[in-house]
Amino acid sequence: MSHGPSAPAHAHGHGGEAAPYVPVFTEGSARRRELDDLISRYPSRRAALLPALWMVQQDRGWISEDAMREVGEQLDCTAAYVKGVVTFYTMYHQHPVGRHFIQVCTTSPCLCAGADDVVKAFLEHTGCKELGLTSPDGKYTVIEVECLGACGFATPVQINEDYVECVTPEKVPGLLAALGD
Amino acid sequence: MGYPHKSHPQETPVLSKHFGDPAARTLEGWKARGGYTALAQALTMAPTAIQDVVKASGLRGRGGAGFPTGLKWSFMKLDDGKPHYLCCNADESEPGTFKDREIMRWTPHALIEGVAIGAYAIGAETAYIYIRGEFSEPIRVMEAALAEARAAGVIGPNAMGSGKRIDIWVHKGAGAYICGEETALMNSIEGKRGNPRIKPPFPAVSGLFGQPTTINNVETLTAVPHILNNGAEWYKGMCLSSPKSTGSKLFSVCGNVARPGNYEVVLGFSFKDFLYDLCGGPPAGRKFKAIIPGGSSVPVITIEEAEQVRMDYEGFLEVGTMLGSGGVIIFDDAQSMPRQLARLARFYAHESCAQCTQCREGTAWMTRILERIVAGQGTFEDLDTIFDLSESMTGKTICVLSDSCAAPVVSGIKRFRGEFEALITGRRSSTVAVGG
Ligand SMILES: Cc1cc2nc3c(=O)[nH]c(=O)nc-3n(C[C@H](O)[C@H](O)[C@H](O)COP(=O)(O)O)c2cc1C
Ligand code: SF4
Ligand code: FES
Repeated sequence: MSHGPSAPAHAHGHGGEAAPYVPVFTEGSARRRELDDLISRYPSRRAALLPALWMVQQDRGWISEDAMREVGEQLDCTAAYVKGVVTFYTMYHQHPVGRHFIQVCTTSPCLCAGADDVVKAFLEHTGCKELGLTSPDGKYTVIEVECLGACGFATPVQINEDYVECVTPEKVPGLLAALGD
Repeated sequence: MGYPHKSHPQETPVLSKHFGDPAARTLEGWKARGGYTALAQALTMAPTAIQDVVKASGLRGRGGAGFPTGLKWSFMKLDDGKPHYLCCNADESEPGTFKDREIMRWTPHALIEGVAIGAYAIGAETAYIYIRGEFSEPIRVMEAALAEARAAGVIGPNAMGSGKRIDIWVHKGAGAYICGEETALMNSIEGKRGNPRIKPPFPAVSGLFGQPTTINNVETLTAVPHILNNGAEWYKGMCLSSPKSTGSKLFSVCGNVARPGNYEVVLGFSFKDFLYDLCGGPPAGRKFKAIIPGGSSVPVITIEEAEQVRMDYEGFLEVGTMLGSGGVIIFDDAQSMPRQLARLARFYAHESCAQCTQCREGTAWMTRILERIVAGQGTFEDLDTIFDLSESMTGKTICVLSDSCAAPVVSGIKRFRGEFEALITGRRSSTVAVGG
């Protein structure tokens, strides 16, 4: 399949008008070189799938069906195969999320330390109506996650890439203010 | 507690000696602290000779199962003409466990050295360090250290001038507890869904990309350079009880405790001293009630049982639990065990890869029942159902995630049955009021 200029634009179902998909790994691009370099680390092209999906998410914020198709073309697998992989892993977004993606651990060790109150505080101060829904200003999405591997620093919260440790409900407003826009 | 902080006088900091010291993160700094002497020595030895030293040290896997490391390495058929692989398991997603994260954050070169020695000892030219996707800081630190080691020729096509190729790459996960299971981890590196594989074939025969593969935990591999530097006898000498449990081990401590954090002690250490002296006892005004000592997948014990235990593989078995990953989860007397166990069951239901019926259905069903009990809607039959379910969830599936859900739940009901019954009869007395 090719992505010529006349290829149909695929509606994303978000943000109104569907724009044509702009590929991430165009011939000669830095991303393409990075991908080729990654592929050389493995005896199979497909092994670069998780890293390739990470690149897409870094650049676009989420992984659309078009992106799945593009990644599949790069790595010799079908879009359906790529989708099967994307849906297995919790960190790949299949929809756009808020600019600050807030993940609160609520697994038992953190629950003992009051993680559910931290979740409530984030919902209250971000204006997110419920877990998983983005705030009306597009700034925040709050979700609960399973153990972040930082249980001794309860409650750990992952905001986009980074961890903030020992979060309590009282610290939430200051934390949000420090995130900026 | 986070680093930097001083280790407790009763700790034996071997792996954690340089935690908190940012200068130890660089190649220069690591070399100044004695780094890479073990790798230099290893590269002059025959791989089998390294395996023998590790066997003699008594080192056992720190990822959860406690399998003897030297023995595992000896399953790799050297000179079979096939490419071999080493996978370092840095998926660290077992609730209660956060030790590998500190190893990678503070002493990345210690891990690189261990991985390089391990790769050479099993005849592998390529090793992958599989790090869970959430660990962006450890990933950044490891990538920076690997780039330095590569640029300096410590690893690469001619590692330390030995003529041997040792390539080490980070492979970033994307959120899935199950990818810590060794065969799921290999599938994930191959660009597949992280479903565990049926064994046999075992990884040493057909593993990553269908080739002979060894999988070791971060902490296991990080111990190896110390063993080569100081000798097997030295490592074996770090032992306070059973000769089958040697060396020092990092224990992660979390939950209701005065000083959560990582502590490194020699195996066989008194759990009572550990809990009250090193970790500072319960939070002010509370009492310890229950402990899951080896990451959430092992049985729960009471504080009374815990106070009798020595911290080694055999000691924990004697009270019906396991050392596991060394992730110590502590619940105090203010916690509801039914609520905590319901939440743990939900973790396993969420993380099941759903290949096996007993696991997919069992973890979900167990969660529903427990949540019903917590909501005050449970019955005594529910408890029987959980016991029945646990039978079909144990020993019958492709991997042990299913068993890992049943273990804490069943042990928890057995030891804290009163709390479950109170919730059940509480409902009876309020809804079946007549004649009560
Ligand atoms: C569901 C499941 C999750 C696991 N997660 C991890 C993990 O996060 N880290 C780890 O080192 N081992 C984990 N293990 C154990 C590995 O399968 C394997 O035994 C271990 O990495 C071997 O290394 P070792 O011999 O050095 O301990 C897990 C096992 C199961 C069944
Ligand atoms: S036991 Fe559960 S997690 Fe393991 S393979 Fe079966 S379904 Fe997957
Ligand atoms: S349980 Fe919350 S980080 Fe582990």
